[in-house]
Amino acid sequence: MSNEAIIQVEHGAGQEIHELHEGHHHHQSFITKYVFSQDHKMIAKQFLITGMIWAIIGGLMSVLFRIQLGYPDASFPILEDIFGHWAKGGKIQPEFYYALITMHGTILVFFVLTAGLSGTFANLLIPLQIGARDMASPMLNMLSYWFFFSASMVLFSSLFVQTGPAAGGWTVYPPLSALGDASQGSKIGMDLWLVALALFVISTLLGGLNYVSTILNMRTKGMSMTRMPLTIWAILFTAILGILSFPVLFSGFILLLFDRHLGTSFYLSDIVIGGKVLPNEGGSAILYQHLFWFLGHPEVYIIILPTMGLVSEVMSVNARKPIFGYMAMVGSLFAITVLAFLVWAHHMFVTGLNPFLGSFFVLLTLLIAVPSAIKVFNWLTTLWRGNIQFTTAMLFAIGFVSMFISGGLTGIFLGNSTLDMHLHDTYFVIAHFHIVMGISAFLGMFAGIYHWFPKMFGRYLNSTLGNLHFWITLVCAYIIFWPMHYEGFAGMPRRYYDYSSWESFKDFVELNKVISFAAILSFAAQLMFVFNFFYSIFYGRKVTTMNPWHSSTLEWTTPINPGHGNWPGEIPEVHRWPYDYGKDGKDFIAQTTPVDESESKH
Amino acid sequence: MSELMGLQQKKIHPNKFTLWVALGSIVMMFAGLTSAYIVKRNQNGWLSFELPRIFWYSTLVILLSSLTIQMALRAFQEREMARYRLMITVTASLGLLFVTLQVLGFMSFQESGLKMIGRGSSASYSFLLAIGGLHAVHVLGGVIALLVMFFRAFSKKFRSYSIVPVEVVATYWHFVDILWIYLFIFFNWAN
Repeated sequence: MSNEAIIQVEHGAGQEIHELHEGHHHHQSFITKYVFSQDHKMIAKQFLITGMIWAIIGGLMSVLFRIQLGYPDASFPILEDIFGHWAKGGKIQPEFYYALITMHGTILVFFVLTAGLSGTFANLLIPLQIGARDMASPMLNMLSYWFFFSASMVLFSSLFVQTGPAAGGWTVYPPLSALGDASQGSKIGMDLWLVALALFVISTLLGGLNYVSTILNMRTKGMSMTRMPLTIWAILFTAILGILSFPVLFSGFILLLFDRHLGTSFYLSDIVIGGKVLPNEGGSAILYQHLFWFLGHPEVYIIILPTMGLVSEVMSVNARKPIFGYMAMVGSLFAITVLAFLVWAHHMFVTGLNPFLGSFFVLLTLLIAVPSAIKVFNWLTTLWRGNIQFTTAMLFAIGFVSMFISGGLTGIFLGNSTLDMHLHDTYFVIAHFHIVMGISAFLGMFAGIYHWFPKMFGRYLNSTLGNLHFWITLVCAYIIFWPMHYEGFAGMPRRYYDYSSWESFKDFVELNKVISFAAILSFAAQLMFVFNFFYSIFYGRKVTTMNPWHSSTLEWTTPINPGHGNWPGEIPEVHRWPYDYGKDGKDFIAQTTPVDESESKH
Repeated sequence: MSELMGLQQKKIHPNKFTLWVALGSIVMMFAGLTSAYIVKRNQNGWLSFELPRIFWYSTLVILLSSLTIQMALRAFQEREMARYRLMITVTASLGLLFVTLQVLGFMSFQESGLKMIGRGSSASYSFLLAIGGLHAVHVLGGVIALLVMFFRAFSKKFRSYSIVPVEVVATYWHFVDILWIYLFIFFNWAN
């Protein structure tokens, strides 16, 4: 009720008419409906599709560098036809390789799994699941997308400059990134990278402010905090993490820009390039690493927390059982959020960090295992003796848990500073973070897409293609990343261009071929998903009931194709928590159903 | 409806709430920068300095502007639109004056041999420009917001009697004021 009043105050009298005639929507031009839309559902779709385009680009990059890693001696003339001097003689050049891995990381971490994921599901689900007509500020929300879009444009244009995009790893550590003379990838491409990321930070902040403000202020009557679905809790903590950590990254970037263009020495000291001594003195490259990882570590939780929420929701619905340990789930999300800020230096054990200080970071890092394990335990017990519906979304949700366990366990290895000395910057690290936050986050995101696609487009995704998508992705993901653990144990360093010339790593040439083959196959499977996605938007099986998954949450009380404002009449009132499945002999009880006297307590 | 309004008055307006969260975000950025400063100060080769006198004047200016924005808010509450328009104009001018004084301050600092940028610069000095410059940009943001308010106050199309936007801008203005006081104390006594 209260948020209705607010919307009326904000939009003046025009809004009232708008609300009354929600059924037959007032006329909107193409521009205001599809382009500069302020409807949270349309903005969600914009984020999703932009994220998908980025995912295809970023994925294609990984295919290219996997070709180099799997077949370092072969030559593919077609590559030269497409990429010109970047692939001279049909071989990917070292500079190109370095740019590819840098952009792959940047795109996937920020543009796909932060904006594409949070942007999509926060926008889609917050108003629908808490019972609001739109976000607290639809305007800020729209700006958030368009800042993301301009960040995308800048980053995309950097792929086409003559010296190539930024290269130097997605962390862009100085001094390499601060000195244009140091390498090709540190010239204009690096400036564009920094500008793109600055715009990206603004987008994330605008979005995050709105998410927090909406969740805390605009819930419908009866929707107390403890009656919110876990998706909303997860998004809330994600937004808080972003709001508090992205500004610190921003300050790190500002100092880096100063070093690049104003001759300052925040990060630079005693450097010689090509025999020439630079005048910079007194700077510290480690300072950048502190500022970067103060965001960088929360960033991995910004990626994984929303998918934890999505998976919890999908799993409870499809197990036809209440989520096990709701408050423990919320508590562990909170604990992860707090700990996320206290562990950043575990990325810096080999920088000469004081070992005494390091031991605190080891302790705090290992503590994260506790809330993570609580969550895994709760997912498994939610499945336990459930009436599991193996929908495509559910398969992905279960796959998420499998991946999260595999990847989480290797985190315990890396969190120990003594072990990390050996494993740092090897393929073990690659395997760990790809499984625990790359593949896991993707599987959780797919679970969300397959589950909420009917709400977004009023049609279903094809489940045969969906199941095929799931199995190929899961099997390939393990084939790609499992062997990398062994390579890492053997000390094989990451980011190298060609391993065949190293006596110690020659043995892995065949294994690298297998990994590359699986990587290409899984990329093809993702293209199949993209086809399924766009085909189903137009020709998918139509949704005929309001609540296709028999879910108890609020988004399924809206019309099949909700207009701007979501509910045609009044916003429904909420009477119970969102997980009343299989209670008192009933399959499910919607959140809008008042509590009966004779009902048992949950 | 009156019951609804009562409910609204008790709860903080979402826009104001959003502002407070945004301020938290800005605080984190400056916390990151000033802690970087502290870390650097404790390392070898730190050069301490004294702020030029001009920064004392700019501090006075921004303090004064906080007073005028408060008067603008009061005028708006009392529906004295002429005084309100005058006061936000004065505030915006003081904001611009502050930014000008800051720029002059940076220039005199650089010229006095304490090089912040370019060859022979030292990070000890560069921090002043990076942090102070970033703060000045935030003040400029406030000036732009005031300009929007100013044109709205004259617009025939927009007849808004909602006090929320005025309160949001006033809160932000006080915030950048307090932020500068913090930075001023920080640069004066933390090196």
